[in-house]
Amino acid sequence: MAAPDMAASRAGAAPGLAGKLARLLRDPFTVAGLTIYAVLIIVAVFADQLMTHDPGDILFRANGRVASNQPPSAAYLLGTTNLGRDVYSQLIGGSRIALVVGFTAAICVAAFGTLIGLLAGYFGGKLDAILMRLADLALAIPFLPFAIVLAGFSRSSTTNVIVAVVLLLWPNTARVIRAQVLTVKERAYVEAARVTGASDARILFVHVAPNILPLTFLYGSVAIGWAILTEAAVSFVGFGDAKNISWGYMLQDAFVSQALSRGSWHWFVPPGLCIILVVIAGFFIARGAEDVLFPKLRS
Amino acid sequence: MTSAQTSAHPLVAANGLTKRFAAPRRLSDMFSGQRPHVYAVDGIDLCIGKGESVGLLGESGCGKTTTGRLLLKLTEPSAGSIAFDGVAIDTLKGDDLTAFRKRAQLVFQNPFDALNPRFTIERVLAEPLVNTGVERASHRDKVEKALAQVRLPPLSRFEGLFPHQLSGGQLQRIVLARALVLEPDFIVADEPVSMLDVSVRAGVLNVMREVRATLGLAALYISHDLALVRYVCSTTLVMYLGKIVEQGPTADLLKTPLHPYTRALVNAVPVPRVDQSHAALPIIGNVSDARGQPRGCRFRDRCPMAVARCAAEEPLLRDLGQGRRVACHLA
Amino acid sequence: MADQPVLEVRDLSVEYRTARGVVRAVDGISFSVPKGAILGLVGESGCGKPTVARSITGVLHQSARIAGGELLLHGRDLVSGPPKAWLDARWREISFVPQSAMNSLDPVYRIGSQIEEVLIHRGGKTRAEARARASALFEMVGLNPGRLDEYPHQFSGGMRQRVAIALALALNPSLVIADEPVTALDVIVQRQILDVIRDLQRRLSLSMILVTHDISVVAYLCDQVVVMYAGRVVESGSTRDVLEQPRHPYTMGLTNAFPDLESAAHDLVPIEGSPPDLSQSLVGCRFQPRCPFSLPVCISDDPRTEVAETGARFACHRHADSERLRRQSRDIATWQRPQ
Repeated sequence: MAAPDMAASRAGAAPGLAGKLARLLRDPFTVAGLTIYAVLIIVAVFADQLMTHDPGDILFRANGRVASNQPPSAAYLLGTTNLGRDVYSQLIGGSRIALVVGFTAAICVAAFGTLIGLLAGYFGGKLDAILMRLADLALAIPFLPFAIVLAGFSRSSTTNVIVAVVLLLWPNTARVIRAQVLTVKERAYVEAARVTGASDARILFVHVAPNILPLTFLYGSVAIGWAILTEAAVSFVGFGDAKNISWGYMLQDAFVSQALSRGSWHWFVPPGLCIILVVIAGFFIARGAEDVLFPKLRS
Repeated sequence: MTSAQTSAHPLVAANGLTKRFAAPRRLSDMFSGQRPHVYAVDGIDLCIGKGESVGLLGESGCGKTTTGRLLLKLTEPSAGSIAFDGVAIDTLKGDDLTAFRKRAQLVFQNPFDALNPRFTIERVLAEPLVNTGVERASHRDKVEKALAQVRLPPLSRFEGLFPHQLSGGQLQRIVLARALVLEPDFIVADEPVSMLDVSVRAGVLNVMREVRATLGLAALYISHDLALVRYVCSTTLVMYLGKIVEQGPTADLLKTPLHPYTRALVNAVPVPRVDQSHAALPIIGNVSDARGQPRGCRFRDRCPMAVARCAAEEPLLRDLGQGRRVACHLA
Repeated sequence: MADQPVLEVRDLSVEYRTARGVVRAVDGISFSVPKGAILGLVGESGCGKPTVARSITGVLHQSARIAGGELLLHGRDLVSGPPKAWLDARWREISFVPQSAMNSLDPVYRIGSQIEEVLIHRGGKTRAEARARASALFEMVGLNPGRLDEYPHQFSGGMRQRVAIALALALNPSLVIADEPVTALDVIVQRQILDVIRDLQRRLSLSMILVTHDISVVAYLCDQVVVMYAGRVVESGSTRDVLEQPRHPYTMGLTNAFPDLESAAHDLVPIEGSPPDLSQSLVGCRFQPRCPFSLPVCISDDPRTEVAETGARFACHRHADSERLRRQSRDIATWQRPQ
């Protein structure tokens, strides 16, 4: 039956990771997403050099008065807050928190979700049932309230935000990975590994996992955006880590100080824009990666 | 089963081998509280001597692939036992299981799916040696030897190549070489050439025949293709809905089939010659359901010769002498 | 013989646009289907036979186009004619039996209504007429008309294939194209379907093209055979002539490579190597790299198509020696070291 398809399947076989990467880089959306992430990383790394003031410092004018509510100028690139703090420096400093929160959470989500998905899909049976019910439970919990409760009960800290994101986001990754494991597991080469004496661990990590890793990256890249968004949301409602001035904290600060009604756009637009850009970047990359990983979904 | 068997026990011996799967439940099952089962393999006895080549013939869904997987301990039987070289395989674990794996190998049907797409050919061939803990220094020699056995060029010609870069015929030889690299005593070949083009099929079959003869391998060829079985197997078993209905030396069995099902199979095969019999097939209808364990002969509703006894009493495999056995009341 | 053939394929070429450039999957092939005959189109994967079948039905893949040639249905060219004429001919004049009938049946509709749909919309029948015709078709292919109201999943593979044949015959087409109609089926069911086709062809004096890789199916059913290799026709003629007296080494190889129930003693003779890459420009005989009988002229020149006294056509430089080559080709040693 498949004999006539042979040539086709041969030509359409996986061109390898390098080929996939090359195709990924031809997608303008992906390139845009990757560029945003690259800028974020560079800014975060060189934050100390880029900041013009300490974001926490209250600044004073030459006449000794607090430099509050200043419009953008050469001295204060994005103006100042109502308490005289430099918005531009806060924005730069916020990138560092975004980076730490986003990437840590994303790596944890991808690693944790992938591991659970692999175990559940490969071993099946009771283990699968238990892990997937846990996943259902986690998915059923409303995201933001949970993050707020967690932040509220324990000390509000960036770590807690990351923990909340990981606890709530792993099921998405785990489910998709599990489904993929179920199909890869049926491939003859997996049975071939077993019949030639490979252990379960070897089959799982050498034969199954590498064929699933692209999905892990996909879900990891989406999780970055989610994590940053969550941190912003938690900070915005006031449960953030007060010591760390994040973009969400800036928005909250601007909101409670009536920056909106005062039209201090230079204060609230930049952090908002940054959050939007970073979240969008995650989706752009996911979109491009999806095209490359599952070309059949399109057209 | 006969002359090839010199030692005290056969290499592979299965008794009452049964594998049942839970069938999808129908609404009526829920009301009656039944848990229906499909008997993929239903109490078969099977015995393969050292160096013997046995064909397992049957249509799709008759349980032949499951039988092969059972013999290789890739799935566990629901009932019955399998002994490999006199040792029961059902409790094998750890090092004993690895030792068994080294001796019993599988050749896959679809060479395009049987090799990990991310492994180079070299890694594919060395993988069994890594898995079974063969010392690394000997890998290269063993791989080269296996490649030579399947008449492929030496490893240097496959440097850095991945499975998708080879043709179907080459891939199937790689699949065979991977099975041979562990120097097994027994291989199960599940439809080994059905996915290949005719012109390369012959090459792979010749290699398999040659390898089996020179290495003295015992083999179970699982196939729906009578011509293939005729070409490579000394003994043939015919399977129908989980049961063995006939067995015997291949040439005799195909020349004078005794079971009506075997007869239908033999008559159904078109031959590549213009003058061939177009006689009507001695068979009715389609394969029935394997749900549950029906009474009587499973073939009776397709059998043009069926009598009342066929419905009442299940025919058992009877020995007819000269290695031939048949499960039919009328034979 | 004087009868006009149902279909005449003249110098047909089909090209695919691929990532690696243009691939000429079918390269200037010609053959004709006489009225009331079954023509077997044989060859291995990648030889272009499904492409030929698809071009005739006019359902080529998006990336493919007919690069040249004519398809004369009852003497009228479909390729140069108005597209509407071709569209009209589809199913009414030329119908199709796919490899797996599951692809042509919609799982959510009753089988009977799917056949009636074709009869009403393409055949202009009333609902009552369509119902009666569907019953008649079911009987014709050996199915119980009482099962018209069942769904595709209630039918076995062989029964679905019968339905596919019934669908293909619904509008009394002048040509039926069957693409590997029995490949996916078990031996016994396969034979049953072949018998249905045989029986119908006799009763309705159907004209058919049967695309297959299986020489024994050709031997069982076909009156004429066209052997394709790498996008070209290498040999064609009456089945008896081509299978018993092959004049092209590829056909000789194919007939020897098939295991045969009755003559298992002799070795199977494989054809070493694999077909050429059609995205490259090819000079000379396309089978030459795998041919044990090749001469220098085979590398440099394309063989012309010759016509034997029996009417068989073949394209081989060594046709004068075919008698001797046939004998040599049965020896496995001949094929083991291609010159």
